[in-house]
Amino acid sequence: MADTIDRTALQQFLLRMGDNTLILGHRVSEWCGHAPVLEEDIALANTALDLIGQTQLWLDYAAEVEGAGRSADDLAFLRDVWDFRNVLLVELPNGDFGQTLMRQFLYDAWASIMLGRLQKSADERVREIAEKAAKENAYHVERSADTVVGLGDGTEESHKRMQAALDYLYPYVGELFESDATDAAMVEAGVAPDPAGLREDYDALVGRVMADATLRLPEKAYVHRGGRSGTMHTEHLGHLLCTMQWLQRAYPGCRW
Amino acid sequence: MSSVNPSAYPDTDSDAAPPRKEWPLWEIFIRGQHGMSHRHVGSLHAPDSEMAIKNARDVYTRRNEGVSIWAVESRHIAATVPSEKGPMFEPSESKVYRHPTFYDIPDEVGHM
Repeated sequence: MADTIDRTALQQFLLRMGDNTLILGHRVSEWCGHAPVLEEDIALANTALDLIGQTQLWLDYAAEVEGAGRSADDLAFLRDVWDFRNVLLVELPNGDFGQTLMRQFLYDAWASIMLGRLQKSADERVREIAEKAAKENAYHVERSADTVVGLGDGTEESHKRMQAALDYLYPYVGELFESDATDAAMVEAGVAPDPAGLREDYDALVGRVMADATLRLPEKAYVHRGGRSGTMHTEHLGHLLCTMQWLQRAYPGCRW
Repeated sequence: MSSVNPSAYPDTDSDAAPPRKEWPLWEIFIRGQHGMSHRHVGSLHAPDSEMAIKNARDVYTRRNEGVSIWAVESRHIAATVPSEKGPMFEPSESKVYRHPTFYDIPDEVGHM
């Protein structure tokens, strides 16, 4: 399959998928040992581990398609900011617990639709990864949606914080649905859907959950972009990579 | 004095206690395989029954331990009173005839 299509575009697509799960997985893992209650701490760590596991599959394949002798670990730990292809949404700081769960839901909702479409991919490898990831995501989206509703439709304080989180994060949602030449090549090859085509299902799902959560979606939100195309990341990604990559940078090839 | 405590966890009983800031406590039961019974595995805090099941999934089934989860709010569990354990349990100590050790079981019966 991969031999008959634009390998550069396929590799970019795989990096986008894998960098999303890698960076979000790392962000969520930052809660380990710090969550407000033990049960949420374990749940968040489970989610982070699921995302890192998905990363392994996406980046393994990306490295294979690249064919430059790099491994998934090399891609995760030895690239710098400008080589990452994740959307800006997933690199934003955790903020408070509500902001973390709002970001999680906004991502999970997108992933639930994207992974559903990818299970019909013409690329067998992509299909297999999507099938595994979709099962994990089905639980993630249920949990994050429940928490968004619980906190949004909760106390005055929790409602206020969730609305603030939504107002802050929503301008980063639009990037998930941008299409470029890479996407066009993936559509052409039947590997992945046009991101813009996911928007309708996404708006329906997010609209339903926000209504239950008594939260108001910002109107005419500005769209921050640049992450998935690699033209611009937020200042936050560099700080995240500092922590995530420090060991491999200081002690190259270190194993344990 | 009754030997049964209708609520094993009086601290979590919302009827009497002042408004609590903690989530209620739940007891978690997990069935390891089809055909086996649910077994108590521990407890956790959760705001409602749905989250109790989700938390149980995350806390107690991370290593593929279960095929089914029950959650029951701890305050609904009736329990024996520890100080009454003499009258509750000691009378059966002297009744050895309740153990089926006085019968010769023919070999051909096999395991029973």
